[in-house]
Amino acid sequence: MAPQGVQKTVEVEPVIPPLPEGYTYATVSDKISSIVLGQRWRRGWFAGFAGAFLLVMLLLYAICYLFVKGVGIWGINIPVAWGFAITSFVWWIGIGHAGTLISAILLLLHQRWRTSINRFAEAMTIFAVACAALFPLLHMGRPWLFYWLFPYYPSYMGTWPQFRSPLVWDVFAVSTYFTVSLIFWYVGLIPDLATLRDRAHTRFKQIVYGMMSLGWRGSAIHWSRYEMASLLLAGLATPLVVSVHTVVSFDFTIAIVPGWHSTIFPPYFVAGAIYSGFAMVLTLAIPLRKFYHLEEFITLRHLDNCAKVMLGTGLIVAYGYMMETYMALYSGDIFEKFMTHNREMGPYWFIYVIVLLFNVLLPQSLWSRRVRRSVPALFALSLIINIGMWTERFMIVVVSLHRDFTPSAWGLFIPTSWDWAVLVGTLGLFTALFYLFIRYLPAISIFETRRELAEEKEGK
Amino acid sequence: MNVNNNRENTRDEDKSRQIATGATPSRFWRGLADLNGTEEARRFRADEFPGTESDLQAIEANPHANHISRRTVLKYMAASAAMAGLTACTILPTEKIVPYVRPPEEIVPGKPLFYATSMPFAGEGAGLLVKSHMGRPTKVEGNPSHPGSLGHTDIFAQAAILDLYDPYRSQTVIRDGEIASWDDFYAALGAMRGAWNANKGAGLRLLTDTIISPTVGAQIRAFLAAFPEAKWHQYEPCGRDNARDGAKLAFDDYVNAFYQLENADVIVSLEANFLYSGPGHVRYARDFAARRDPDSATRPMNRLYVVESTPTITGAMADHRLPMRSSEVEGFARALAANLGVEGANSGASASGQFADWVTALAKDLSAHRGSSIVIAGDEQPPIVHALAHTINEKLGNVGKTIVYTQALEIEPVNGFESLRDLVNDLNSGSVETLIIIGTNPAYDAPADFDFVHAYLKTANRVHSGLYYDETAELSDWHLPQAHFLESWGDTRAYDGSVGIIQPLISPLYQGKSALDLLLILASDTHLSAHDTLRNYWMANRPAQATAQPFEDWWETMLNNGVMAGSVFPAKQMTVKLPTEIGSPAASAEPANSTQEAIELVFRADPSIFDGRFANNSWLQELPKPINHLTWDNAVLLSPGTANRLGLKSEDYVNLDLSGWKVGAPVYVMPGHADECATLNLGYGRWKTGEVGMRRGVNAYYIRTSNQPYIAQGLKIQRTGLNYPLATTQHHHLIGPVGEEDELESVQAFERDLIQVSTLSDYKTNPNFTHEGEHQEEADKPESLYPGYPYTGYAWGMSIDLNRCVGCNACVVACGAENNASIVGKEEVLRGREMHWIRVDSYFRGGVEDPEMYFEPVPCMQCENSPCELVFPVGATNHSPEGLNNMIYNRCVGTRYCSNNCPYKVRRFNFFLFSDFRTQSTYGMRNPDVTVRSRGVMEKCTYCVQRINHAKINAEEQNRLVRDSEIKTACQQVCPADAIIFGNINDKSSQVAKLKAQSRGYKLLEVLNTRPRTSYLARIRNPNPEMPAQKLHPPAAGTIDQN
Repeated sequence: MAPQGVQKTVEVEPVIPPLPEGYTYATVSDKISSIVLGQRWRRGWFAGFAGAFLLVMLLLYAICYLFVKGVGIWGINIPVAWGFAITSFVWWIGIGHAGTLISAILLLLHQRWRTSINRFAEAMTIFAVACAALFPLLHMGRPWLFYWLFPYYPSYMGTWPQFRSPLVWDVFAVSTYFTVSLIFWYVGLIPDLATLRDRAHTRFKQIVYGMMSLGWRGSAIHWSRYEMASLLLAGLATPLVVSVHTVVSFDFTIAIVPGWHSTIFPPYFVAGAIYSGFAMVLTLAIPLRKFYHLEEFITLRHLDNCAKVMLGTGLIVAYGYMMETYMALYSGDIFEKFMTHNREMGPYWFIYVIVLLFNVLLPQSLWSRRVRRSVPALFALSLIINIGMWTERFMIVVVSLHRDFTPSAWGLFIPTSWDWAVLVGTLGLFTALFYLFIRYLPAISIFETRRELAEEKEGK
Repeated sequence: MNVNNNRENTRDEDKSRQIATGATPSRFWRGLADLNGTEEARRFRADEFPGTESDLQAIEANPHANHISRRTVLKYMAASAAMAGLTACTILPTEKIVPYVRPPEEIVPGKPLFYATSMPFAGEGAGLLVKSHMGRPTKVEGNPSHPGSLGHTDIFAQAAILDLYDPYRSQTVIRDGEIASWDDFYAALGAMRGAWNANKGAGLRLLTDTIISPTVGAQIRAFLAAFPEAKWHQYEPCGRDNARDGAKLAFDDYVNAFYQLENADVIVSLEANFLYSGPGHVRYARDFAARRDPDSATRPMNRLYVVESTPTITGAMADHRLPMRSSEVEGFARALAANLGVEGANSGASASGQFADWVTALAKDLSAHRGSSIVIAGDEQPPIVHALAHTINEKLGNVGKTIVYTQALEIEPVNGFESLRDLVNDLNSGSVETLIIIGTNPAYDAPADFDFVHAYLKTANRVHSGLYYDETAELSDWHLPQAHFLESWGDTRAYDGSVGIIQPLISPLYQGKSALDLLLILASDTHLSAHDTLRNYWMANRPAQATAQPFEDWWETMLNNGVMAGSVFPAKQMTVKLPTEIGSPAASAEPANSTQEAIELVFRADPSIFDGRFANNSWLQELPKPINHLTWDNAVLLSPGTANRLGLKSEDYVNLDLSGWKVGAPVYVMPGHADECATLNLGYGRWKTGEVGMRRGVNAYYIRTSNQPYIAQGLKIQRTGLNYPLATTQHHHLIGPVGEEDELESVQAFERDLIQVSTLSDYKTNPNFTHEGEHQEEADKPESLYPGYPYTGYAWGMSIDLNRCVGCNACVVACGAENNASIVGKEEVLRGREMHWIRVDSYFRGGVEDPEMYFEPVPCMQCENSPCELVFPVGATNHSPEGLNNMIYNRCVGTRYCSNNCPYKVRRFNFFLFSDFRTQSTYGMRNPDVTVRSRGVMEKCTYCVQRINHAKINAEEQNRLVRDSEIKTACQQVCPADAIIFGNINDKSSQVAKLKAQSRGYKLLEVLNTRPRTSYLARIRNPNPEMPAQKLHPPAAGTIDQN
């Protein structure tokens, strides 16, 4: 492996995708780091960031108003005590899955194609989990007491979390996942931060990147430690990919509400999470490669692979839907039967239609290689699946709750503008963070791409 | 702040004090006007608020110029406040004040006292015990020794406590819209009285509500004796005029009829909602319910037949209910009378033909129960129906057994509409000089054709006394605040004539004076207090049997008991003196014709806010009305068939045209309503009262006329295409699937065994029916991996008898009053955020046209395996060793997971800061034993844990166990039907344990293995096997669009 910062002239031989053709170690570094270190503000970036930033302001406004007035500003009620907040929480957590899956599991499985997409997928994970983590806080009636969910010392009030509650498990699962993802991401960034430090033109950037790169010099010992750390972290993150959404699904399965109380939820949730996560990867990758001309790094092969993962997990999700309906009918349980009937024929029937159409029917087009290799089609599908998966969570949370056991207490959930403001606001926050990430950190791993280059050369 | 500044401030203070004291003759100044006069003031203000001088000069130059800016006004207000404060600081009270070192004997801080009193309401006095915490009345209970109460109350008595503390209650004397004082009024009265003395009161009129108070009655008579030319009118918009006139028609005398339902085996209600309203309804509900025990060997279950247009709780309790237009009831009564052999009751053939089967079977049943049956006519029915009912009762030999006649309760029985008509005629003719209105609000609730407002304005002196500054007060020269009954002395009579004394629980919070006080003032007897007047009256008039006792002893005992022993009116022997040909059948009794354009409109007092007098009472406004669960609004109730024919659905806004009188109203489609008939509740659409009640709903008085005040013909309904959201707490029909005849919620409720029903005969053959069926068998053997928690001490449980529950909602209001429940308002109810800890669910069975109706009160089930406890992340809900599912508000962080997981959805969440922490006047009302919940906190029924703990502490002090029925939850205590029983289920001899052991006991959703502590006793109907099938009116063609 080449030490950082030393320019070598290497004769480049043609390589096959997924690696960029015609690139040298140096040009890889140039290309990727120029996005960060380039002096010019791109107008497109600025416009996009400004839009996202406005949405962040909207989010802050909505949150302030929420904290001042209370969760009553949302459409939730009795019986539907959870609405957009929990729906969006589950959705964002789901999106957060793809990053870790790509960086950890695919790393362990030696899937080389992951290289160009893992960095921003991990960033996506961090931002998505950050957005997700907002919601449990926001949805609390008394958010200033959020720390009561943690076992904390000194326990001067004699209170302690009630460990039978899945919400407490959630706190641990999500915070662990966030921590590990963040560390994993940061550790992976260190060699690239050092590259940026070395290539930075201004003193300020040199200092900032220098501090962030934690004294990385690219020595063999550093690389060896790095490899070990990233393997360990990958090992640690892998079970988390499965566990987080399993625990999130426990929020529902532990409860007795028809439509929640189901043993199929953990695998079905994990598959759903990966499904929506990959959809989000595509939603981000496609504009990214277009606007920063990274088509050579994020190739059609990457998109194709993502599409295949989506197709596979989508089928698992479809199986989940099928089994839910089947079990409701087969069990003969009147509550389950009614719940299924109500999903299909009740006041929220259109939600069910959207779920089936967006998550099951339309993604079947991914069987076609032509669709998988068509960038606009993939982009459209990724958006559809994102919307579809959000709708699915809405169906699980709201449609199950609105008509449960006692008919006299049935009601409807109608979202208010504040519900939408918070949802759209977190989309803005996510996008804004992503814009900052693109601007200030290498969106594609420089050293890994170079390593690919090297390995390919050696393999040749 | 430095020293110099301080010194300057002190100088300013001195200066302002000089100004304030020197500027006016008295030490107090009344406002800026007083201050403006002096040069010092002007200079001082110029120093303090530069720039205001020019404004002031401009104002002085042209005082009516309308150019004072908001900013200026605010500045002056601030200045006034600041300067007023400075003066006030320096003045110490001159009177001697005494610290609270030795408290009065009976007051122990933290321990409430109970005082007996009575509530005068709509021609009846309800006997109450009022709980007082340190001198503040906090909760109303029934008086067990009062015959009309027996320890229970209705919703109005429960909510009276809120009226007492209502910040919108009238607080001061108001003259021509300006605040004045009683002294001002005395002065004005002196002038008026001079005129009365001169002309013997000619041109003086008194308008009151129905007076039943003996003392007030005597006062008015004395007043009229002093001014013989004066006249007294009585008007009550939802009074008992028809009942009075009916008695007059039947007996040629005004009599009071009351019923002894405990003796009745067969009860027929001719549109009488006797379980909910009218004198004695609380007692009637209890007597009725006492005869609904299917297991009793000595007192077999009674059977209730109801014919009515708009569904009421009495109709819901009926074993046979026949929906018919109100105008058809007369034909029905005639047919029934004719069938029972009453001569001259010959009805039109059409009516008898229509109900022939029904009437025949009913008459047969009645004939088989001579002397133990009763026919009750509704107050809205015309006098002839009352007369027919009296005739039938006499024919059946019920008089003296199930019905008792006494002298009239009213001091002066009159027809209120006629009385008011006379008054209005005189007002219009200009012969009225002075009109004094006490306790009524005719500007709002007089019939529209009287045009009372304009007539009233023709009077020179208009005096109004009322609890609120209302529509009439606004038009009056003088508005005098009335004292609430909890602040005043007085007396009332119960349905049987028993006298109840009204004792004040607290001195008037504001400047209110009761009717009794006011009459003293009018009669210029101000040297007497209300208390003296009352005592003097009863000293002279106490019942004969009590005269042996020294008066003081008798008086004290009576005050203590709250009811005067021996004051029940003696029964009168009455004979029906109807002419042989009883009138002619009313023309309106023709069969409903589904092609006609105009339909019938029935006016009813609102079940929650009555005739409008409780419009500002938010507890009652937010109380779901029985059966339709409507809150905060009234609506035109239409049957599903008629609504379908007219192409209307719930929440459509329509224009009502009743012979030229017009008003707009939303539609509510009401299952079980009679076809071709609409119901509109009175009491809404107030335009002058407190903020709570103003501009809510539709003012039905706009289209109510004096010639057809209850049942009106010729209603035309016009669609507007507009939508008006109605806030209901149970969404019957609003969201049901399209085209289903049965209503989804109810179908599901029965499928899930939430309501269990059987008939008496089926129950006798199969008493264990509640434990049958796949789900029940599964549920009867609860299984768990873990051993159950052993409840060794007390184990609290509750049993609710659906056969007794009449659905009157009293438990809902009582629970709120006891537990400081919040009121959320219409918008929040629309969102589904009402805060009632107990709700009375209603379900329908058997098609929406003419369904059976069922009530089910649902408090917290206090599950032993509570799903809520499992999921609460911070342990804010925990299980007590006595089996209570406790809620720790302090610990709650508000994730609402517990509510999601509650299969009964009895948890309530403070989505906003619903509790009112701002209105100071309501602080005193709160129960000090119950936390006032803050925002973001979950809450729910606790089985009134504060009462449990009180009783436990008492028992421990006395070294004993809590006795059975020592603890009564608020809902149990108020329940007129004794449907709710609470106690220790570990004590097998306790009432609740025995009830739970009954074969018709069941639990809700037992299949979930939640093991609820609240259990139910199934409803047992007692139908007459000879009756025709329930459905007489076939459903209209086409299906009902419920969407």
